[in-house]
Amino acid sequence: MSGEITKSGDDALALDFGRAWEYAPAPEATDHVTIAPRHELFVGGKWVAPRSGKYFDTINPATEDKLAEVAEADERDVDDAVQAARRAYDRVWSKMPGKERAKYVFRIARALQEKARELAIVESLDGGKPIKESRDVDLPLAAAHFFYHAGWADKLDYAFHGRAWRPLGVAGQIIPWNFPLLMAAWKIAPAIACGNTVVLKPAETTPLTALLLARIVEEAGLPPGVVNVVTGAGATGAALASHPGVDKVAFTGSTDVGKRIQRAVAGTKKKLTLELGGKAANVVFADAPLDQAVEGIVNGIYFNQGHVCCAGSRLLVEESVHDLVVRKLTDRIATLRVGDPLDKNTDVGAINSKMQLDKIRQLVAAGEEEGAERHTAPCALPSRGYFFPPTFFTGVAQSSRIAREEIFGPVLSVLTFRTPDEAIEKANNTMYGLSAGIWTDKGAKIFWMAQRLKAGVVWGNTYNKFDPSSPFGGYKESGFGREGGRQGLSAYTELA
Amino acid sequence: MTTRRTLEKERTETETENGTALPDGASRSMTHAEGANGFDPAARLSVAKAYKMFVGGAFVRSESGRYFQVRGEADGNADPDVVNVPRGSRKDARDAVLAAKGAADSWAARTAFNRGQILYRLAEVMESRREELQTALERGGVSGAEASREVATAIDRAVYYAGFCDKFQALVATSNPVAGPHFGFSVPEPMGVVAVVAPQRPALLGLVSTVLPVLAGANTCVVVAGTDDPRTAVVWCECLATSDLPGGVVNVLTGQASEIAPHLAKHREVFAMDVWSADADLRAAVEREGSGNVKRVRTHDESDAAKLTGETGQGLGFIERFLETKTVWHPVGV
Repeated sequence: MSGEITKSGDDALALDFGRAWEYAPAPEATDHVTIAPRHELFVGGKWVAPRSGKYFDTINPATEDKLAEVAEADERDVDDAVQAARRAYDRVWSKMPGKERAKYVFRIARALQEKARELAIVESLDGGKPIKESRDVDLPLAAAHFFYHAGWADKLDYAFHGRAWRPLGVAGQIIPWNFPLLMAAWKIAPAIACGNTVVLKPAETTPLTALLLARIVEEAGLPPGVVNVVTGAGATGAALASHPGVDKVAFTGSTDVGKRIQRAVAGTKKKLTLELGGKAANVVFADAPLDQAVEGIVNGIYFNQGHVCCAGSRLLVEESVHDLVVRKLTDRIATLRVGDPLDKNTDVGAINSKMQLDKIRQLVAAGEEEGAERHTAPCALPSRGYFFPPTFFTGVAQSSRIAREEIFGPVLSVLTFRTPDEAIEKANNTMYGLSAGIWTDKGAKIFWMAQRLKAGVVWGNTYNKFDPSSPFGGYKESGFGREGGRQGLSAYTELA
Repeated sequence: MTTRRTLEKERTETETENGTALPDGASRSMTHAEGANGFDPAARLSVAKAYKMFVGGAFVRSESGRYFQVRGEADGNADPDVVNVPRGSRKDARDAVLAAKGAADSWAARTAFNRGQILYRLAEVMESRREELQTALERGGVSGAEASREVATAIDRAVYYAGFCDKFQALVATSNPVAGPHFGFSVPEPMGVVAVVAPQRPALLGLVSTVLPVLAGANTCVVVAGTDDPRTAVVWCECLATSDLPGGVVNVLTGQASEIAPHLAKHREVFAMDVWSADADLRAAVEREGSGNVKRVRTHDESDAAKLTGETGQGLGFIERFLETKTVWHPVGV
């Protein structure tokens, strides 16, 4: 390597490899993956055309090329799916012993592992996320979620301290586009393990892996109607949430839509869980191992292009190390590789949709207008597709839009604090409460902070870690209910 | 005169005077118009109690100046036939939320052991005011035997939750066996301010069964007492006030739930609601309004309160409903 050490900033040293550190393209081969040109609805174990005959396109956000067309379910299709789920619940699934349900769910887990490469590629094609994330995070976690919950199916008598439990019935589940397959797994696995049947509505920009999952469900031989997938946009989701035959609504998405769903189910007997937005504080103390903290900051905000509800989008840095952290962060984001999601070297892929890209641009413009200082990675962006360079703002006021609103993109707001009390005050000064991060060398300080942060998930000296055995979900306007762990089973059971 | 013993003593005196037993619970001392001979100018006039709401540790009237009237049944001497009870307003509700919010951090910061001690102290005070609580229930129309049973169950339930304060954590928390070099655990935390619309009946046991698990879970609360028997609620507040419960941890409003509850549902500092004895309209209203801050809303219909009287009226589930789960991760390594 012909690297040399150069000055970057006042005293921090950065390695400058010039052109010696450029990467050759390393694209994941896609030749064994075929995406069908048209996808129907999966209802009652059959692939059916939408009653309206309407289809919509799903595109590759990295190229803007059409990948396939997908059925648009209307109220009649949703009704068919809910009825199929009801029949499956009444006739088969609610009566099946837990140990038999478990084996079906284990089959799904195994098939996900067997088809992992195909699913990872389709996930990156349809959603724009880097293949290394689809391959190393989304797919292993999705399979693990089915594997984990399969094992609960015949042990639920232990789960609730001896209280009698029963499944809820038909679950209507609406999921977002940031982790399309993983969110489907988070929803379907606990629901069917606990004896419910489901109608799943994937996001309109990322329907393909949920449909491949439906294929797995079909191939695993699940009784028809236990899992149904209806594709479409907001209207399809609204039809599902408001269908009187649905006993349970589970939604992951924006706080705004979550509130609308909560209003829509008011006065019904439907059970509801919501996993909504976030504006997580990632708190860095002066005594933290700063290089590790910078890795955590980068992982916290630029993982999955920042399309993460628990993203560490507000960096709170102890004032004495602010300038040093900012320099380290500036150097680090200059090394992030932005581009082709299918390239195995890519760190930051494509923004999921034109609409989301516009929203990110709008909020970044608001940050500039409000006087914050913008720092953007000096990277070339592909000429086609939806991309946004890793960006952060310094000098951000708590009242600024970029400190309050969820941007859901690779944009970080940096604020400072002087005392732990001030850090808590600022961290909790948000309507959200999904997650938080703490970086410090002091064990007692981590626990002190963790007790006071109003957030459902707190990462100490790490960030963005997920596991099916670990309950995930928010405080305050980040929603209610938990997914994962023993606690997550309550979302799909009624206790005596 | 407010204790059973005093009442019984007075009844005996009356019997001696008139030579006949009086109907059980007949009013004897609220006016001088007593006995067969009409007014007795020498008799002692008892002092009637003004019934007030309990907010921030103080007994207050409604800021609105409004009241509603409750008639006494089997009056037992303590009250006039009709008493005026404050009719809580939207502003009263907001004041109560402020008090509950102000008390939330310090209540949650106490040790679980200390919260248990305080709830046990409440049980002690309820036991010492047993007769008063029973009389209050009887005035509200409950028979003597029933009232006695209800008070006993309510005191036992206070003891039950006192002992639960430092136990439920071990039952609901988990160590999470994550697939990686991390130590992960999930612990319960309070939600913050919880609004409780208390069941109409049972008046005392309903309050105890819905409020104490909220407190055991380290939440503070704003309670709307039922309109059927608000006097018992106020007497219970006197127990709260003389136990070691810090002011603001429990705030009790009297008035119309249908008027107050939707305001509490809209309030952004209220994080959860538990609504009992509500008709379909009120249930829908609080569920709808609660969406403004993604409130955790539990509603129960009119028949559900009956389950509170027996063993089904207490348990871990009552505490668990108003707990958040916080999951913490940390790397493991050297």
